[in-house]
Amino acid sequence: MSQTIKLKKGFTINLAGKAEKKIADCPQPETFAVKPTDFPAISRPKLLVAEGDNVKAGTPLFFDKVHPEVMYVAPVSGEVAAVIRGEKRKVLEIRILADKEIKSESFKAYSVSDLGNESKENVQEIMLKSGVWPNIVQRPFGIVADPTDTPKSIFISTFDSHPLAPDYDFIFEGQEQNFQAGLDVLSKFTSGQVHVNLNIDAEVSPIFSHVRDVEINKFGGKHPAGNVGVQIHHLDPVCKGDIAWTVNPFGVAQIGKLFLEGKYDASKVVALTGSEVTNPQYYKTFTGASVNKMTDSNLKSEHVRFISGNVLTGERISQDGYLGFYDHQVTVIPEGDYFEFVGWMKPTMKKLSYHRALGLMSFMNGAKKEYTLDSNTRGEPRAFVQTGVFENVTPMDILPTYLIKAILAEDYDDMESLGLLEVIEEDLALCEFVDVSKHEIQAIVRKGINLLRTA
Amino acid sequence: MKFLRDILDKQKPLFEKGGKFEKLFYLFEAQDTFLFTPNTTADTKGVQVRDAVDLKRMMITVVVAMLPCLAFGIWNVGYQHSIATGQDMEIMDQIITGLIVVLPIVLVAYVAGGLVEAVFAVIRSHPINEGYLVTGMLIPLVMPPTIPLWQVALASIFAVIIAKEAFGGTGMNILNVALTARAFLYFAYPTDISGDVWTYFGDKTPIDGFSGATPLALGAATTTGETAEPLMAQLNYGGYSFFDMMMGYIPGSIGETSTIMCLIGALILVATGVASWKIIVSVFGGAYFMGFIFNLIGGNEFMSLPPHYHWVIGGLAFGAVFMATDPVTATQTERGKWIYGFLIGVITVIIRIFNPAYPEGIMLAILFMNVFAPLIDYNIVNANKKRRLKRATV
Repeated sequence: MSQTIKLKKGFTINLAGKAEKKIADCPQPETFAVKPTDFPAISRPKLLVAEGDNVKAGTPLFFDKVHPEVMYVAPVSGEVAAVIRGEKRKVLEIRILADKEIKSESFKAYSVSDLGNESKENVQEIMLKSGVWPNIVQRPFGIVADPTDTPKSIFISTFDSHPLAPDYDFIFEGQEQNFQAGLDVLSKFTSGQVHVNLNIDAEVSPIFSHVRDVEINKFGGKHPAGNVGVQIHHLDPVCKGDIAWTVNPFGVAQIGKLFLEGKYDASKVVALTGSEVTNPQYYKTFTGASVNKMTDSNLKSEHVRFISGNVLTGERISQDGYLGFYDHQVTVIPEGDYFEFVGWMKPTMKKLSYHRALGLMSFMNGAKKEYTLDSNTRGEPRAFVQTGVFENVTPMDILPTYLIKAILAEDYDDMESLGLLEVIEEDLALCEFVDVSKHEIQAIVRKGINLLRTA
Repeated sequence: MKFLRDILDKQKPLFEKGGKFEKLFYLFEAQDTFLFTPNTTADTKGVQVRDAVDLKRMMITVVVAMLPCLAFGIWNVGYQHSIATGQDMEIMDQIITGLIVVLPIVLVAYVAGGLVEAVFAVIRSHPINEGYLVTGMLIPLVMPPTIPLWQVALASIFAVIIAKEAFGGTGMNILNVALTARAFLYFAYPTDISGDVWTYFGDKTPIDGFSGATPLALGAATTTGETAEPLMAQLNYGGYSFFDMMMGYIPGSIGETSTIMCLIGALILVATGVASWKIIVSVFGGAYFMGFIFNLIGGNEFMSLPPHYHWVIGGLAFGAVFMATDPVTATQTERGKWIYGFLIGVITVIIRIFNPAYPEGIMLAILFMNVFAPLIDYNIVNANKKRRLKRATV
């Protein structure tokens, strides 16, 4: 049954530097990279290519020895330029020098009706081999789905409520057929429902609102209303023993296109955002693109931080770093490595705060004000003192403080019973933002997930 | 401010690992971060921007909220002094008298407790937490003006060691630190913190007929049945109208006499969101509720006291606003805060009326509920777990 859910709790961070809705005219970057570290569960990646090998878009680059059937593939065709390794020879990046013309591996193309009749086993085999499978993320734990599981339901959030998030209606424009075909394929895998969750607070494009044979739900409210984890909590929560799958609309469309056109297409539209970007707008490129071409001579200042993703859940990358596998956004903000004289008691309206403690007057600006925030931590780590705030930014029946303390104490029973199976890092990212004591909440959550997962 | 930064940057290597004073790093860090918000930036993964709040700002907000109480307390000490000794004093003289009495107490509390904090920070190598900014101000405000300074020092040291550091330091303590300091004096040196200690005489002698008793002491006296006089009239005879008690023109601990000033503090704390309004409201509610029940029973004069009088006599308002709301020792769940506050109010009035040995109940009520706060939270957290478990079986 479709549901309409309005969330009251949460906090929307309104930053300066929203992307203008147009596709920039910009040459493609020379290199692209796949980062095994984007997939938190990969423990032992086995490389299938060496430096100098030629690959096509869709050629397997590596797999995880734990799930050798799931292939991680090249987003573009070209030559493997470098394999970057870190400590203990851990693979960090596989860089590909791209061809001018992208050539793709070809797979069997289906008509819509044939696709409907095809068996789950056959489509799964193609999905695993072609590299679209890692789009399917499993809950609990937020890791690439295990192909042997049957999820109780599949969830797709069609909007992103993170700061400066790309407009999904815009970046998936014209993908109606691919999206629908992707949904048809995914519904073969679950015994339950495929849930497509729409944004109640905006006009939703027909790509998402006119889908067939799925459950349509509507969500509204402040961030994190767009987080699929929050939506699952309200629709059909993940309990012990349950498996649910989540897929980003990009993954759904990519799966659809694979079957309709018979090729692995990693092209995506990404938003370049942030207060330090001169012309924040959208770029058409491929998964794993280097960000240097789009940010070149498009920055207002020198001393900046490049982030793949958004400011809450993203990852810092270098100036010629690469877009993360699941990201549709690059954010550029000022680097905050400066001292501020008695900054802890200076009155300010410019610095955003969820709190209203003495001198923090951003609440008087109104919701429309756009902030320029830098990467300064604004204080030092301290013991847990304040209470009640985490709960106010977490629109779920979860007690974040107790959950986090259970993880720190490595209490497995409590972690599970307090709801760690229902959250991943992004769901508690706001807690990390508002935390007076400056804990690294998301790192703690991932630590807890890893403990439970390997227990 | 560049020159200050330069000085600090020059000193820093001395305190860092391998430096001459590396053991004292956290002392250096404390003053460094006090002067300058550090230049640390967000980690590679995780949030890349942070809220502008930090613990320092939160704690300074509480200190600011206490300033009206402190300022009024300083004046009131001088004012009570002038009444008791029959002197005709100008308001400035009253304030100066108050300052002479109160400032040393504040200073001693900060220095004594702060030293303990610093020593523990060095021994345990952890940063000095800002919580003591608040505790160091709370302790003087709950002391009688005649308290010997060495007792203030002793109580502060005892409280920080036993109530806080023994439990693991800031964020881990079970009991409110400032109230532990007061309770320690209450039981260790009862003669200096009860009876005729609420007015500062200095080298003057009190005028004839001066009682010096607080409204609470008067109330407690009626329960023993020695006085037949109706309590209300007696309060008025003692010179304490409801208005006086509301404003705080009465003898008592330095900072707690004025309900109005406490409410201004409450307004600051609630408007800034630093303290839980749920706790403040429910303490007042609990006290009114219990006062009302006693009205219905009405065994003696004190029991028949209109319930709203309980709000203004003694330290209820101060305790509700500044002590009960201590986020570390209060309940940490939102629903728990209602239960916790309400029971503090109820127990305060019960102690006031039934316990002749301790005229004021708020201190013991809060300490008592501090102990029970984890139990309240435990049940509320368990209910959350059960809801989750129930879902799984369906």
